[in-house]
Amino acid sequence: MNRKGLISIIATLLGLIAGAILMFAAGHNAFEGFMYLIQGGTKSLERIGNTIATATPLILSGLSLVFAFRTGLFNIGTPGQMLFGGLCATIVAHTVNLPRPILLVVLIVVAFIGGSVWAAVPGLLKALFNVHEVVSCIMMNWIGYWVVYYVVRDYFPNGSKATESLPLADELTLRSSWLSNLFDGSYINLGIIVAIITVILIAFILNKTTFGYELKAVGYNKHAAAYAGISVNRSVVYSMMIAGGLAGLAGLTQYLGVATNIQIGVMPTQGFDGIAVCLLGATTPIGAFLAALFFGLLYAGRGYMSVMTEVPPEIADTIIATIIYFAATSVLVERVLDKLKSKRLGRKVTSFTDDPLIGTNVQNTDDESDSIGFMPPTNDKTKGDE
Amino acid sequence: MDYVVEMLGIRKEFPGIVANDNITLQLQRGEVHALLGENGAGKSTLMSVLFGMYQPDRGCIKVNGKEVKISNPNVANDLGIGMVHQHFKLVHNFTTTENIILGIEPKKGLSIDLKSAALRVDELSKRYGLDVDPYAKIEDISVGMQQRVEILKMLYRNADILIFDEPTAVLTPQEITDLLKIMKNLIAQGKSIILITHKLKEIKAIANRCTVIRRGKYIGTVDVKNTTEADMAKMMVGRPVSFKVAKTESKPGEPILTVNNLSVLNNKKVLGLKDFSLTVRAGEIVGVAGVEGNGQTELVEAITGLRKVENGNILIQNEDITHYSVRKRTLTGVGHIPEDRHKHGLVLDYTMEDNMVLQVYFKKPFSNKGILNRKAISQYANRIIQSFDVRSGEGGASIARSLSGGNQQKGVIGREMEREPQLLIAVQPTRGLDVGSIEYIHKRLIEHRDKGYAVLLISLELDEVMNVSDRIAVVNNGHLIGIVNANETNENEIGLMMAGVEGGTQHE
Repeated sequence: MNRKGLISIIATLLGLIAGAILMFAAGHNAFEGFMYLIQGGTKSLERIGNTIATATPLILSGLSLVFAFRTGLFNIGTPGQMLFGGLCATIVAHTVNLPRPILLVVLIVVAFIGGSVWAAVPGLLKALFNVHEVVSCIMMNWIGYWVVYYVVRDYFPNGSKATESLPLADELTLRSSWLSNLFDGSYINLGIIVAIITVILIAFILNKTTFGYELKAVGYNKHAAAYAGISVNRSVVYSMMIAGGLAGLAGLTQYLGVATNIQIGVMPTQGFDGIAVCLLGATTPIGAFLAALFFGLLYAGRGYMSVMTEVPPEIADTIIATIIYFAATSVLVERVLDKLKSKRLGRKVTSFTDDPLIGTNVQNTDDESDSIGFMPPTNDKTKGDE
Repeated sequence: MDYVVEMLGIRKEFPGIVANDNITLQLQRGEVHALLGENGAGKSTLMSVLFGMYQPDRGCIKVNGKEVKISNPNVANDLGIGMVHQHFKLVHNFTTTENIILGIEPKKGLSIDLKSAALRVDELSKRYGLDVDPYAKIEDISVGMQQRVEILKMLYRNADILIFDEPTAVLTPQEITDLLKIMKNLIAQGKSIILITHKLKEIKAIANRCTVIRRGKYIGTVDVKNTTEADMAKMMVGRPVSFKVAKTESKPGEPILTVNNLSVLNNKKVLGLKDFSLTVRAGEIVGVAGVEGNGQTELVEAITGLRKVENGNILIQNEDITHYSVRKRTLTGVGHIPEDRHKHGLVLDYTMEDNMVLQVYFKKPFSNKGILNRKAISQYANRIIQSFDVRSGEGGASIARSLSGGNQQKGVIGREMEREPQLLIAVQPTRGLDVGSIEYIHKRLIEHRDKGYAVLLISLELDEVMNVSDRIAVVNNGHLIGIVNANETNENEIGLMMAGVEGGTQHE
């Protein structure tokens, strides 16, 4: 287990402990509460299937955040990208008549492109005019929200119920009777396969390709990237588009998998949850995958917990929030770990020059150690000098 | 003997390292005492102990013969110890007086009594010959003047023991002379000075005694008068060091870099480089001398493609690269050792392996059809790491951030030289490095020249420019003042030219 994984596990445990204290304070049996929470997500094949189904959009939205963070961007526009990617796929599913295998491929491509387009706007604004992506992403979220409002209500209303789109037949979505039957009728769907393949693909791109090498270099230090002849602006746009595409896929698995239609006037929480997934997953693709499964478990199990005990489902939300909090302050966890480690090692003398306190070479130490934990280090501290 | 400060048998450990091991430093009243050591030798730790930022694990500190416990910098201040930091701690849009009184503002009712403070500053400034205008804003005054404001800060707080941390690193030759004069003045007025430095010339010029530490250990204290620079260098590094850069006469060949009438805007959108022309031939090193901010950055960035050219053109072996992308210039044969290795030279969170292929990762064999070939990258990187003696914990797999400054720099230099560029631009290649590393890097630059390539060396260290270069171009205010042959000139002539005096015959 590497260090970052350890920090994530500690954050999770601290969150669970805080949740237990909360339950205890509210006069409930914390042990029982957790037991039912976990049982609710794992007790039967059907429940496991539902956990996975709940986790699927989270895997993809988390992955979107991971990709953006690794390349130095904060993609807070995942909800909007999910909505628009999902909307594009919904429109295609409603209007185009294709054999199922081809339709599925087309849906995936369309959802990806939809999300990409939505993210390209902040990407271009950042590259061309240095507009911070957080601002433009949030605006794109609301534009997406109202576009869905308009398109669904005017073109695909569910009969008289104008608050959601007309449900699609299962054959037109990612739902698969074969997979559902395997999990005793759960609403698990092909989205999980899409998610797993995407996780592997993204991990491959980030770690094994020149493309990923360039994007990460720009993310870590855009000055050095420019110095080396990498086009920083192009990288920013590509990064945003891929991150957006991933969020678009999350929208696909949500609206044409977990559900079969889009509700209007709802900003998908799975988009923002992606931030937590990404942080808890230590900004790695595989970490995001595991973190999303864990969140899926909590979301899927909380209903069962509230039925079987007196513990309100809000407690599960509180636990999730606490875990996010601890994951976000992972720097703190890291410091405590460091302290413990140095105590355990005692005062063993090893090497000489790896302590930044030593030596007068001030340039050597001026840009480290104060990353704030929420955003990954972007090494942009030198920017002010210009 | 009358000691104002005695640090006896100081030991300071950090988890995993002994930064100071039984170090003794005794400062006599009225002397300049140099503290000499390589980067990472423990000089800063020792001074931080004296200044109250760390508590020693063992040993004691005596001030004026009395044992004291300096638990924080305020205690040090009260004891009359003051420090001029290498990087000034000044508020740029405040006046000098406002900066000096910061933290101990004299009050008149509810408002700050700036007037009487300014009077006191003026009085102190006159007494010590500092010539500081109490109402000038920091952003409007020169670096040398800013340093004097830092000195005034200590004097204003009645410090008698002054610590100077590498004070000359940021100064021009003229300003260095002035500073040494000021230090002499301070001594004459009864102050005592600890001078932290690794420049032997300055120690020779001003210090009475010199304490040398190496790798956290006390090596000895010597009388400066009776010790040669070479001996002190040997004590510091632990082996003999040569100062004269050994090189043969250059044999200039065809022009590699030709810059014609180049004009470039600076960050303030005015011309930072004006109508600049320069030729660098194969097999020669051309040094650019000048005070910081006189067009050097603009010149380098224009040649390397990081900055737009307004006018004029740049040729590499008769190929016009004025409008090439950075990548295309790199491939045409421009190597660049950047001034700021952290900002431009390295991706600090990448491994050294990844950093070593920063400009070539897309080429075979490092990647094929967009897929990285880790094995080839690792082999290539470790070859550079070995041949340039880059020391790190885990070789190529070490994160660049974890290396010491000198080793990071060697890595950058290795990367650039391994590509065998026709033109190597080295900007401040030895900044912040110790004598041993400097010697090594100079040797490598000359090797590059001797292979028949061209080297453009930009440095603020006049010694470096004069020792390593074959020809020296002096810039002032974005203009080329003149070009002189390194072996026909002297510090004085170049100093004058740096100040803008059109001296120097045009040796071409």
